[in-house]
Amino acid sequence: MTKILTRAGLAILAALIGVYLILPVLIVVPMSFSDSSFLTFPPGELSLRWFRNLVEDPVWIGSALASLKVALLSAVSSVVLGVLASLALVRGRMPFRNTIIAILLAPLIVPYVIIGLASYIVFLQLGLTQTTLGFVLVHTCLAVPYVVINVVAGLVSVDRRVEMAAMSLGAGPVTTFFQVTLPLILPSVLSGGLFAFFISWDEVVTAIFLSGPELTTLPVQMWSGIRVQIDPTVAAISTIVMLVIFGSFIVLGLTRLIRQLAHRRSATNSSATNTGA
Amino acid sequence: MTSAPADSSTGRLRGRPLSLRLSLWARFDGWGALVLPLLVVLVLVFGLPLAVMLSRSLTDPSFGLQNYSDVFANSVYLRVLGNTFLIATIVTAVTLALAYPYAYLMTLVGPVWRMIMMGLVLVPFWTSILVRSFALVLFLRDTGAFNSALQSLGVIDEPIPLIRTLPGVVFGMVQVALPFAVLPIFATMQGIDRRLLQAAESLGDRPAGAFWRVFVPLSVPGVAAAVLLTFVQALGYYITPALLGGPKNTMIGELIVQQVSTVLRFGFAAALATLLLVTTLLLLVVAGRFVDLQKHLMRQS
Repeated sequence: MTKILTRAGLAILAALIGVYLILPVLIVVPMSFSDSSFLTFPPGELSLRWFRNLVEDPVWIGSALASLKVALLSAVSSVVLGVLASLALVRGRMPFRNTIIAILLAPLIVPYVIIGLASYIVFLQLGLTQTTLGFVLVHTCLAVPYVVINVVAGLVSVDRRVEMAAMSLGAGPVTTFFQVTLPLILPSVLSGGLFAFFISWDEVVTAIFLSGPELTTLPVQMWSGIRVQIDPTVAAISTIVMLVIFGSFIVLGLTRLIRQLAHRRSATNSSATNTGA
Repeated sequence: MTSAPADSSTGRLRGRPLSLRLSLWARFDGWGALVLPLLVVLVLVFGLPLAVMLSRSLTDPSFGLQNYSDVFANSVYLRVLGNTFLIATIVTAVTLALAYPYAYLMTLVGPVWRMIMMGLVLVPFWTSILVRSFALVLFLRDTGAFNSALQSLGVIDEPIPLIRTLPGVVFGMVQVALPFAVLPIFATMQGIDRRLLQAAESLGDRPAGAFWRVFVPLSVPGVAAAVLLTFVQALGYYITPALLGGPKNTMIGELIVQQVSTVLRFGFAAALATLLLVTTLLLLVVAGRFVDLQKHLMRQS
């Protein structure tokens, strides 16, 4: 009896926590469709005026494009650097291995305010603030640990014998990587890249330091739209940002599912061959 | 591919204690050397600025520990440091109190419910902190959803002040921190052999006794990782306290930004950031002796 009561209590608590966890989504999405200029709740009259505002305002469009560019470049550079480093971590021999791993993971631990201030101080001297290059450099550091974590997990499960087969048939190491290894780890590379993209796309703290009239990313634009006085357009852009992220993760989830299914099939195939032999 | 790159680079390593450098380079094999591009980028873009910041804290405006003694001499700044630790402690405690039962229930329910509960944890994980804090501002402010709901139900006449108060900041920060706490606790709980509980019960312990004496101690590694991650991250929060907190709840992150953006005291801001960095690293090093943090970080995604 007490067990049932405890379980019921737990379930109610978990339901409340669940609501708490998705509360922001529950709040922002309906509000973005509100007609009111003060984002009152309940939203009242529905309208798309804030979305229209968004599309018609060159400031929002400009910062969205700037963010897109920064995020794409950061994703590409952190994937290239991250995949190379993952190969080294899984297959290579290196001195001070633990120190190197600690350095690779450090951007996950150091508060972004500190990274923002430190890079601002240096970038001011180098003229890199308010430049795409400056943003991409910092965001690559922030995103690359996620790529490494994903790709290392993917690489560990690669069967080295497949690569050896390719090499014994005359493929060079580079060809082997692009023809054999990369296709095998592609799902983890892609999810690492997606993580990297969104780390950069979402990042606001270091971006506040690096932004200025020359270059302002979307999150910083949103930040100033909240900070000074609440601009309801922020609710609209928040809704769009959330839709994009959840859409991508649903796609990612589907590709993972497909990979698992394919894996299972190949596993059954290989076990079938084993019993055959 | 297996030959060490040291052979080919011997020519470039002229002068200096050649044998020493050679032996160091020789310990990278062909694969291992692939870590170098990333390592160089991280050292230059991430490490070097931190070093410059540290030196700035000691040299700007003049050489010495002036910036650091300023932090500790002024009661305003001391209050900010105290606030930072107080808020981080409260946030960690509340987060743990919510994350533990949630993770525990996740281990009890069937696979479908577990997936739903995991999904609920991952939604905020991948919603930007900015959007979340903004939404909570809309929720908590005097004309927000919470107060209007209570008012229209007739529970209260005047709105309860929540935004720009300590409870408001805690509410927002716990929302941000919860996923980071649930994931490691759940991962550890999943690895606990439930037959141990049955064994305890068959030996005469009550279910509650078995839970507290067997299950809880076994879940300590996950809890420790969750507490450490939550606390360390809470120390450095900027966005959420800046939006939800009042002037009385200023945390160190806000003070750093303020000092740079409004009064341009770079040296002082750098000293504050260095203090925060050293505290963070000390906590991690000390706690890292007891918690396998690397494992939990690697698992996070």
